[in-house]
Amino acid sequence: MSELEKPMPEISVADAVRDRVHQTANISTSGIKVKATKLSVYYSDKQAVNEVTIDIPERCVTALIGPSGCGKSTFLRCLNRMNDMIDGARIEGEILLDGEDIYSSKTDVVQLRKRVGMVFQKSVPFPKTIFENVVYGPRVAGVRNRNRLMEIAESCLTRAALWDEVHDRLDDSALQLSGGQQQRLCIARALATNPDVLLMDEPASALDPASTARIEDLIFELKERYTIVIVTHNMQQAARVSDKTAFFFQGELIEAGPTTDVFTKPKQKRTEDYITGRFG
Amino acid sequence: MSSVAKTTALPPALPDHAGLGRWGRIRESLIHWILFTCGVLSVLTTVGIVLVLIIESIPFFAHVSLWEFLTSTNWAPTVRPQHFGALPLINGTALVAIGSGILALPIGLGTAVYLSEYATPWTRAIIKPMLEILAGIPSVVYGYFAIIFFSPIIRWVFPGTKVFNAASACLVVSVMVLPMVISLSEDVLRGVPRALRDAAYALGANKFDVTTRVVVPAAMSGIMASFLLAISRAIGETMAVTLAAGANPRMTLNPLESIQTMTAAIVQIASGDTPANSPEYRTIFAVGLALFVMTLGINIAAQWILARTRQKYE
Amino acid sequence: MAAGVGKSLKERVFHAMCLVATYGCVVILLALVASIFWEASGWLDWQFLTSRPSHDPEKAGVLVPLIGSLWIIGITTLVAVPMGIGAAVYLEEYLSDSLWKSIVQINISNLAGVPSIVYGLLGLVLFVRLMHFGRSILAASLTLALVILPIIIIATQEALRAVPPSIRHASFALGATRWQTVRHQVLPAAMPGIMTGVILSMARALGEAAPLIIVGGVGTMSYTPTSVYHKFMALPTAIYNWSSRPQAEFANVAAAGIVVLLVFLVILNAAAVTIRYRFGKRTQW
Repeated sequence: MSELEKPMPEISVADAVRDRVHQTANISTSGIKVKATKLSVYYSDKQAVNEVTIDIPERCVTALIGPSGCGKSTFLRCLNRMNDMIDGARIEGEILLDGEDIYSSKTDVVQLRKRVGMVFQKSVPFPKTIFENVVYGPRVAGVRNRNRLMEIAESCLTRAALWDEVHDRLDDSALQLSGGQQQRLCIARALATNPDVLLMDEPASALDPASTARIEDLIFELKERYTIVIVTHNMQQAARVSDKTAFFFQGELIEAGPTTDVFTKPKQKRTEDYITGRFG
Repeated sequence: MSSVAKTTALPPALPDHAGLGRWGRIRESLIHWILFTCGVLSVLTTVGIVLVLIIESIPFFAHVSLWEFLTSTNWAPTVRPQHFGALPLINGTALVAIGSGILALPIGLGTAVYLSEYATPWTRAIIKPMLEILAGIPSVVYGYFAIIFFSPIIRWVFPGTKVFNAASACLVVSVMVLPMVISLSEDVLRGVPRALRDAAYALGANKFDVTTRVVVPAAMSGIMASFLLAISRAIGETMAVTLAAGANPRMTLNPLESIQTMTAAIVQIASGDTPANSPEYRTIFAVGLALFVMTLGINIAAQWILARTRQKYE
Repeated sequence: MAAGVGKSLKERVFHAMCLVATYGCVVILLALVASIFWEASGWLDWQFLTSRPSHDPEKAGVLVPLIGSLWIIGITTLVAVPMGIGAAVYLEEYLSDSLWKSIVQINISNLAGVPSIVYGLLGLVLFVRLMHFGRSILAASLTLALVILPIIIIATQEALRAVPPSIRHASFALGATRWQTVRHQVLPAAMPGIMTGVILSMARALGEAAPLIIVGGVGTMSYTPTSVYHKFMALPTAIYNWSSRPQAEFANVAAAGIVVLLVFLVILNAAAVTIRYRFGKRTQW
């Protein structure tokens, strides 16, 4: 972990939970957006995820935590079938999105990825203009009308809290933006396909503390409309932004529940050891 | 900031989860098939080469026995009585390939060692483009260069040598294969792990010892592969040897004599006015087949060695 | 290593030999250029550039082979570039690791090592005879297209591999199809590398003589071709023809022809270097 990833190293996780500015959603009253049942993932002969069963509540932030290589990113990439891209990856079990099996033969993967947006650990702006980056999703979906694309760009950039900073230079290269801006651009780009679910794979791990704070605020705002699943190494971050937390260890889901419960009174010894920093 | 986000209504960006549409899906699979065809074409080229060489050689071998072709030492397809012994051509090709290899290997290896172990970035910045230019000069230009440059030098050193001789062909072909030998050898030399060098230095060895006793031996198989590829290039080399070596098929190991290589024999018959269906015309396919088999065998061996070397350091 | 320890004699000799070998290459290159320009001096003039072939070396010109080479290089590029890029995209972007992929891959690297004269034999049977194109520009161009196809494929593959996978994943994650990802993201990012490879393969095709001799012979013709079905002369075959004539003056004609050919090659290489230099730094992730 780099220095930048620890914005508030002296504050304990429990403090972070108590001090969270944002109100926790009541996950028990939310509907279930995604339901994974006995999900296993194999890379060639190596098993990366082992029979994970979990519900992802609608319009909430679900954080996946655990040490490196615990399978949390692999699990995340199953939710929009990005693992299809990897040679030798094999998936068992079932994932239901709004009650429909996303791994059934009838599923159109391209459609699925429009419904389930994704933001990567390292921001990956395309080497194009800011505008072209945001409207890439609608463009490949066949939207050609320039005014329409402009509307989408404005609303998505606004939602990603980037509009004010870039509205007068939409035709500049996206590569000129700062790291934090690039990551928010990637979030705006993901929003432009009008998804229901937003997957975030350590979205702030390469950013400085100020940019991280902006991303975290943004995540809180976005959950009004989107179901968000975030993978993070940073337990303070999980405690600050999420409503539900799932702890992964060696490919297995050890414990999942409301964030406050997982961080303040974990049921499993291994969860407690991890969040109190005894390993990982 | 949060209030801004909440008050901006997001227009439904897309018709809800609209599919690609039928045309979109047809386009995707059409493109897939077009690209597949491009990929298959390269395989078909190989199949085409093999089929053409074999099918066109069959009538020739009905007329001339394979035994005569491979063992007779007399090649005279265009004069009566005809003789179809390919050995003089194979002799000529081998003389040029081995001769140029003997010249190119030490020079190429020396240059590669210098570039990877000793040269300053500045020297590399000069030498590398020079080598690229050498590699880009057409074969026919090298052939001409052999006649006007190497041949007079050889005739000055060894008076009585003919204008067209195997030695000038060897010299010019060695220059042609040098860039390849150097760049491949340099790659494998640079691929020798830093740790191996450091370990040797830590034992008190100097640069010369490390280079000659550690780095070069560690890279030996890759260097051998580059040598094999150079030999294969030399065997297939056509215009330079046709111009430089002459058109006298004969059994000799003397580089000062005029000889004829397999490729030069093909060029001679193809560019002459030999009737298309005569056995002498079909020799070009029989010789071509022999050429193809020889170069393919050497290339496969070299690639196998290179693949094994790569595995070792990964 | 330690200061004060002099280099041994053996090391000095070794170092000197390496140096001689290295700079020997430079010397050879300079000798080549100098001797060709020396032979060509006085022969490369406007008359040479605008005249048709002749039995009189004083009157011989490069016009017909020059036009022939331009025709051939144009059609060769038109045919080989789309197919080469297509095959490379298929291999890198569409095929996952499999037996079929390794067969195609091994096949391509072997094709790159097949002597060009063997392609000439294939072209002679396939294009000249079976497809009845005759000893024409078309047959010659298609043959050369096969010669440079593996070079284009290998160069394009390298350029595609240099595009980071994260770009592809980001595009897929936004709901782009495979082809949309290739067309909008991967190909534009790889374009400088692909263009460099294409130009260098054109240079190779321009200087290639052996397959053209097999397909079209080395005879001379007095008219400039105006159709792909016409016979042809090309620069490298004309140079071969002139170099192999007994009269000494034709050696000078050949040198003048070589200078013309080298000028074209220098232009192509300069274009490749420019592309590499201009786009090399810009595309970073």
